[in-house]
Amino acid sequence: MHSLFQRFGVGLGSVILICVATWLLGMVLAPNLMMLDFSLRPNLMPAQIGGPDDRYTLVNFTALFSDPVHRGIFLKTIWASALVMATTFVVTYPMAYWLAKVARRKAVAFVTVALIIPFWINEVLRTLAWYILLAFNGPLNVVLTSLGVIDAPVRWFSDIGVLAGMVYAYILFMLFPVYNSISTLDSAQVEAARNLGASTLQIHRRIVIPHAKAGIATGCVFTFMLAAGSYVAPALLGAPGSRWFTEIIYNWFFEGGNWNRGAAYALVLLALCMAFVMAALRIFRVNLADVAK
Amino acid sequence: MSRSVELIDVEMTFGKARAVEKLSVAIEGGEFFSILGPSGCGKTTILRLIAGFMQPTGGRILIGGRDMVGIGADQRPTSMIFQSLALFPLMPVWENIAFGLEVRGVRKADRRKRAEELLELIALPGYGDRMVHELSGGQKQRVAIARALAVEPQVLLLDEPLSALDLKLRQHMRAELRSLQKRTGVTFIYITHDQSEALAMSDRVAVMSAGVLQQVAPPLELYSNPATPFVARFVGETNEFPGRVERVADGMAAIETAHGLFTGRSGANLKVGDQAIVYVRPEAISLAAGADANGLHAVAEQLEFEGATAMLHAKTDGGYRLSAALPHHRLAEAPTAGTNVRLSFAASQALVLAHA
Ligand SMILES: Nc1ncnc2c1ncn2[C@@H]1O[C@H](COP(=O)(O)OP(=O)(O)OP(=O)(O)O)[C@@H](O)[C@H]1O
Ligand SMILES: [Mg+2]
Repeated sequence: MHSLFQRFGVGLGSVILICVATWLLGMVLAPNLMMLDFSLRPNLMPAQIGGPDDRYTLVNFTALFSDPVHRGIFLKTIWASALVMATTFVVTYPMAYWLAKVARRKAVAFVTVALIIPFWINEVLRTLAWYILLAFNGPLNVVLTSLGVIDAPVRWFSDIGVLAGMVYAYILFMLFPVYNSISTLDSAQVEAARNLGASTLQIHRRIVIPHAKAGIATGCVFTFMLAAGSYVAPALLGAPGSRWFTEIIYNWFFEGGNWNRGAAYALVLLALCMAFVMAALRIFRVNLADVAK
Repeated sequence: MSRSVELIDVEMTFGKARAVEKLSVAIEGGEFFSILGPSGCGKTTILRLIAGFMQPTGGRILIGGRDMVGIGADQRPTSMIFQSLALFPLMPVWENIAFGLEVRGVRKADRRKRAEELLELIALPGYGDRMVHELSGGQKQRVAIARALAVEPQVLLLDEPLSALDLKLRQHMRAELRSLQKRTGVTFIYITHDQSEALAMSDRVAVMSAGVLQQVAPPLELYSNPATPFVARFVGETNEFPGRVERVADGMAAIETAHGLFTGRSGANLKVGDQAIVYVRPEAISLAAGADANGLHAVAEQLEFEGATAMLHAKTDGGYRLSAALPHHRLAEAPTAGTNVRLSFAASQALVLAHA
C-alpha cells in the first residue's frame, strides 16, 4: 500500500484503493453473503417475512441430500464434470504438444485462429450448432447411415451429446494453459530423453507431463468448474429426462419460486468447486499463484 | 582398432541452405576426436546427424560398422551431451543419471546402485538426492556426463559442453574429460570452436569451415602443417606474407613478397608463378639474424606482456603489422617502441600455401 501511494501519489492512490475495495466488497463479497443469508432462511410467504418463523435454519441444505433425485443429480453432475474434464484433457493434450513443440509457425497460427474463431460466437449459439448437428434427422445421422456405420439413426441427445458439446465448448480453456506450459519446456530435454532411449510414452510420462503440470492443473480446474456450472449444453443436448444440477438451481429460482432453496443449492455447487480446486492443487502439488499465471 | 563412426559422403541441406558438404571421415574406436570450426560451420549438425535426430540428405553414417539409416535416436549406441546440458530439473541427480536405465526397465535398486557408482566416477559421491538446481555449473556438467555414460554408449557426442564455464573450471574439466575418456575407453566426438581446447584434449582434430571439412590431423600436425589457408589462420596465430612463387625444389619454395624473397616449406600443388602466402607463427620469428634465415626490417610499435611470452607488434616498411613472440629470457633485449628492429625466421618454420 505504501508503494502504491509512492507510485501514484496519495490522491490517485486512494482512488485506486477505493475502486478495488468497492469492487471486491460490493461486487464479489456482498452478493455471496446475500446468497448465504437467503440459503439459511426458510421459504416464506411475503406476509411471514420478519415474523417468528423467519429464523436461520439448515433445512434448505438437508433437503438436497434427503431428496434422492436431487442428490443423484448432484452426484452425477460431479462425476460427469470430471469425465468432461478428463475427456477434454485427453483430446487436448496431443494437440497442445503438437502446437507447442512440433508444428511450424504458420501451422500454429492457422490452427490457433481456426480454434478461436468459433469462440467469437456466443456459447448458446455454438451449442445450438451441435444441437443441429446431433439432431435425430440431422447431418451426423445422415452421414453415418449413408456410410453404413450405423443401421438406424441414433438419438444423440443424451449423456454423449452433453459430453461432446461440453468438450467442444471448453477445449480452449484446457488447450491454452497446457500449450503455454508445454512451450516453456526446453526441446533439448525431449531430445535428451529420446537419446537416452526413452519411448514416446515414457518421454511424455516422465518429462513433458511433469513439466506441464501447472498448466494441466489450471486447465482441469477451468473445465471442471465450467462443466459443473454449465447450463446450456445439458439443457439443449441432454436427453429430455436427464438433468444437470444447474437446471435444478434454475428451476428453484425461476419456476419453483423458492429462492432460498436455490441459493442453498448454488452454494453447495460453489463449495464443491472450491473443494475441487483445492484437491486439484494438492494432487498436482502446485500453488494458487502458479495457476493464476 | 575398429572403426567406431564412419561418415561416407554425408551431406545435409536445410531447404536451399547447405549446412554440411559431402563429408567423409572415419573415427576410430576409443578415439578422442574433436570437430573444430567457427560458429555456424555445421558442427552441431554433424553431431545431430550421428545421434539420429535428423537424417542426412545424402551419404551414409555407420556406427560400429552398422548402417544407421532408419535407426532412430533412441536406438543408436550413441549418447549426446547437449550444449545446454538438458538435465531434467524435476528429478533428483540420481534419477537423472539413471534415466536411461529406467526407460530400459532396470529395477529401482539396481538403478540406484549404478547411479552411485557413476557418482563415484565423476567424483560426486553422496550427491544423488540433490536436485539439479542445487549443483554448481561444473557439477551439472559432470552429472550430464554420468547420465550419458550410464547407458554404456559406444560413442559419446559432446556439443561444446564446456562453453558455459569460466576459464579455470574449463581447464579443470578438460583434464577430467580427457582422463574419463581414457578410463572408459568410449569414443568421444567433441565439438568446440575453441582451438586450444581441441588441441589440448584430442587424439585427432577435424577443422571445418562453412560446412566443408578442411583437414583431419593430430593436434601437432594440425598446428605445424596446416593443409589450407583457413586452417593456418584458424588454428593458432600466424603472420601472412603474400607473394609469387619463384622456385620450388626439395619440398621448399621461394616466394617473392613485398618484404623480400622468403623461403619456406612448400605445401601441396605449388607451381612457379602461382600466387601464394608464406605463413609464419609468431613464436618462429626472432630478433636475432640467423644464417640461413629469412630476414625483414620493421619498426617496433608495442610490446604486450602475456606472462610466459611477450608479443612484439611491429610494422614493416610495406605497412604490414606482424607479431613476434619473445620468450621470457629474451625480454631484456626487447626493443622500445619506435626503434628499428631486424627480425628473422628459419625457412623450416615457414609454410607456403597456394592462395585460396
Ligand atoms: N533446423 C535448421 N533449419 C535450418 N537451418 C539450420 C538448422 N539447423 C542449422 N541450420 C543452419 O545450418 C548451419 C550450421 O548450423 P550448426 O548448428 O551446425 O552450426 P554450429 O557449427 O554448431 O555453430 P555454433 O558453433 O554456433 O553452435 C547454420 O548456417 C544454421 O543456420
Ligand atoms: Mg552448435
